[in-house]
Amino acid sequence: MPRNLTYREALNEALAQEMERDPSVIVMGEDNAGGEGAPGEDDAWGGVLGVTKGLYHKFPGRVLDTPISESAFIGAAIGAATAGLRPVAELMFVDFMGVCFDQIFNQAAKFRYMFGGKAVTPVVIRTMYGAGLRAAAQHSQALYPVFTHIPGLKVVVPATPYDAKGLLIAAIRDNDPVIFFEHKALYDLTGPVPEESYTLPFGEANVVREGSDVTIVTLGRMVHTSLAAADELAASGVSCEVVDLRTTSPLDEDTILESVENTGRLVVVDEATPRCSIATDISALAASRAFGALRAPIGMVTAPHTPVPFSAALEDQYIPDAQRIVNAVKSVAEWRR
Amino acid sequence: MTDSGITSVAMPKWGLSMRSGKITDWVVAEGDPVAPGDDLADIETEKITGTLEADSPGLVRRLIATVGEDVPVGAAIALIAPPDVPDAVLDDLASRARAVIDAGLPEDDGAGPVVETVEAGGRKVSYAGAGDSGDVVLLVHGYGGDRNSWLFLQEPLAARHRVYALDLPGHGTSAKDVGDGSVDLRADAVLGVLDAVGSDRAHLVGHSLGGAVVLAAAARSPGRIASLTLFAPAGFGPSISAGYVRGFAAAQTRRELKPLVGQLFADEQLVTRQVVDDLLAYKRLDGVDAALAALAETLLDGDEQRIDSAAAVRALGEVVPVTVVWGSADRIIPAEQASSVAAVAPGAAVRVIDGAGHMPHMERPAEAQAGAEETIARAA
Amino acid sequence: MADTLTKDQLLTAYRTMRTIREFEERVHKEFATGEIPGFVHLYAGEEASAAGVCLNLDERDTIASTHRGHGHCIAKGVDVGGMMAEIYGRTTGSCHGKGGSMHIADLSKGMLGANGIVGGGPPLICGTALAAKLKGTGGVSVAFFGDGGSNQGTTLESMNLASVWNLPAIFVAENNGYAESTASTWSVATDNIADRAGAFGMPGVIVDGFDFFAVHEAAREAVARAREGGGPTLIEMKFTRYFGHFEGDQQTYRAQEVAHARAELDCLTRFAAQVTADGSLSAADLAAVDGAVAILIDKAVAEAKAAPLPAPADLLTDVYVRY
Repeated sequence: MPRNLTYREALNEALAQEMERDPSVIVMGEDNAGGEGAPGEDDAWGGVLGVTKGLYHKFPGRVLDTPISESAFIGAAIGAATAGLRPVAELMFVDFMGVCFDQIFNQAAKFRYMFGGKAVTPVVIRTMYGAGLRAAAQHSQALYPVFTHIPGLKVVVPATPYDAKGLLIAAIRDNDPVIFFEHKALYDLTGPVPEESYTLPFGEANVVREGSDVTIVTLGRMVHTSLAAADELAASGVSCEVVDLRTTSPLDEDTILESVENTGRLVVVDEATPRCSIATDISALAASRAFGALRAPIGMVTAPHTPVPFSAALEDQYIPDAQRIVNAVKSVAEWRR
Repeated sequence: MTDSGITSVAMPKWGLSMRSGKITDWVVAEGDPVAPGDDLADIETEKITGTLEADSPGLVRRLIATVGEDVPVGAAIALIAPPDVPDAVLDDLASRARAVIDAGLPEDDGAGPVVETVEAGGRKVSYAGAGDSGDVVLLVHGYGGDRNSWLFLQEPLAARHRVYALDLPGHGTSAKDVGDGSVDLRADAVLGVLDAVGSDRAHLVGHSLGGAVVLAAAARSPGRIASLTLFAPAGFGPSISAGYVRGFAAAQTRRELKPLVGQLFADEQLVTRQVVDDLLAYKRLDGVDAALAALAETLLDGDEQRIDSAAAVRALGEVVPVTVVWGSADRIIPAEQASSVAAVAPGAAVRVIDGAGHMPHMERPAEAQAGAEETIARAA
Repeated sequence: MADTLTKDQLLTAYRTMRTIREFEERVHKEFATGEIPGFVHLYAGEEASAAGVCLNLDERDTIASTHRGHGHCIAKGVDVGGMMAEIYGRTTGSCHGKGGSMHIADLSKGMLGANGIVGGGPPLICGTALAAKLKGTGGVSVAFFGDGGSNQGTTLESMNLASVWNLPAIFVAENNGYAESTASTWSVATDNIADRAGAFGMPGVIVDGFDFFAVHEAAREAVARAREGGGPTLIEMKFTRYFGHFEGDQQTYRAQEVAHARAELDCLTRFAAQVTADGSLSAADLAAVDGAVAILIDKAVAEAKAAPLPAPADLLTDVYVRY
């Protein structure tokens, strides 16, 4: 019987079990232990929100704190991956991608292709995303669409503790560069997690709720908001199928299209901003490959085309909530030519 | 059942961890007569859907629980009574039962079923028990299953016995290393659990591969075995669906797994999303697919059965009561092999359950339970 | 100085430099015919740096290079025929035609690639150095970058990180006087790139990049320091490049320094003069190498021109190990 763990604990367990199993797995990032060079305790933080706590002492020499030099240490993680290690590097907030993106999208993503199939770069870059903690514009973005756009990268966005552990273990074992997105508001979410190690495949979406009237395709924290909306909609007689993408690259096109073929109506819910996003990507997929099945225009519920505001009154408006999803689904369900 | 002849039908406990269930459909209506074995309601739990059967005759006088609401295990959901019982009495009972349902689930005391482990043959074996008096009964699941396969049987049997269900190596929460995959290694697990619970005389119940395993355990330690109830056991003929066995080990996605799992049942509706999800989660644990592949080669020689259970049966002689239960619509191991069991064990009782598939203990739990109880009784 | 190297080593050094020179001169000529696609950035004039550093390395060691990477590739042992075919975009190229001049790599030879991004190499080298350190191989990693790259944030961060983590890394700044069309005397704030070394906690040394033996000695010390756990070193080569930033560059930003360098400073000429003067090698030894290299380059070009282009299906292969 799996016991309940938080999302944070599930990630920690995944790291610990893989580091136990495979000596080539190392962890690096700013304050991944904490207290480096300082007179007080070692492993003082275990990561800014505690995900890597305890690993420093359990695996001496394999948890490396770094100076604030993203391009150097993300690049180092990538270089070390080409040289036989399996580094799990942390880009603390995905908003910081600007200072190291070259190493990710021009180096790691392209080695295998540019070098004619002769490079293997098994690096995992864990990163926090998402709004809701009043962290403001430079610490709250959902930038997975940018990484999804880059051929050569894999992009993982787990929504539950069970998915987080299985997908992180899979990411560490994967031989391609993986960008692993953790919504900062999910760390305290609890759920059943098996004690043993297990993997979940990439490119497999999870139908978290079956339904017959409207398909909601979503990911990350929005899965939970969508489920809340689906409960409310069920009470008004609209049956929603909720599909959790789990990974945006590779993307499980079959499950999405199968669901849209069944319901004929699609709403995509994505916390990211609307231009060139996962919402537009999924909509284009459905419009081009399930056109005949569609009985209504595709609905998209996203953040607005703005930076993330600070004030609670505004940030709460920025993030898609259950009511907006309910409205979008009803509108799609009731649409008639 | 009260003195006045009123039968209170309760939300059943299917599996040790079930705390509540939901009626998805009332098969009967108020005023319908029912006989034992008639379907009363379709019920959905976290783990599975099933059909609740009546176990005594009468008239359905009140339906208390409504479709779709969460009902705690043990709460009354219907009242069956003869026509002469006054409405006032029934109304009173019904409103009190209604209050219990409305009060909702009791706080989770965190107890849950206690899962024990024992080291048997150098490997960790998990098991869980229910019931605190009577003979020891040990339930052993089949290939790809786990102790929860017995979810419809364990609690009902526990009313009169100490009932344990174990996870075979490679399954459930037991160690996933299956060594050479042999039946003997699995028999170690059975005997190890009997040691752990302090039993020197137990009734063994085994399904499919588990049937061959309990026979092997019995052959090794005949003095410890009081009776054997075998559900569609392996090893009594050449025929088996090799495609199912190998396919189950190899399947990687829900799409691949669902039709295979469907082959286990006569009624494929039993294969809910949750059932497939749980199996997929199991298969994704480290080492499981390798264990299943090894066990597949224990079960199969080419496309036929490799195990020979007949020898184990002969070794037992006539001392131990044996019952073999088979679903007539079994698509994995054909039901005609039941007669092979009888041929080797002339005193064996044979029960063929009409219309059930390879999982009679899940599709027809009342009859399965009756088969087990009857075998246990014969041993007394 | 010549007498600390064996005859074999001296021949290797000469062969390396001569191969690089002839390779680049030939690519310069062939590029002018229009047959070579894209951009090439030629290393002619800088041979002593690649040869002098790489003669100190072995199969445990990794290097990363720049867009001007042919010399480093050759010095680290990448197959010359494969390189030429790659430049011509053929399927027989080092990267099956998928990378081109700026992305030639051979991980089996410890060559982590030429790099189209200025400053792209140093962070990667921190990584390979970290791997060598954690695995205990004794290997060192060398990041070659130019005067332009010396100003890139990635390079500065990498030097800091290499010192903080005490990595077996060597930073080789090849100061050929120009970053594209901009003089390094203007773009580098200090008089010497090597002046920055102390700011990042490592020793810095300035070397005449035309002098093979000076390069070799400086590199020998840096490699020894790294292997013994003494941490990183910054070496600044001062020299000039004989060709433009890219082939096609009219180089109107330059004075006439190339003619002077070729005549008075050339690394091959100086090397030959020194080894023949002290008798380490004979003129005939050198001529034999010259002849062999000429044949090698001719063969490489002929084979490259005749080799097939990649098949259309190759467009989609090797994006991932498994998707």
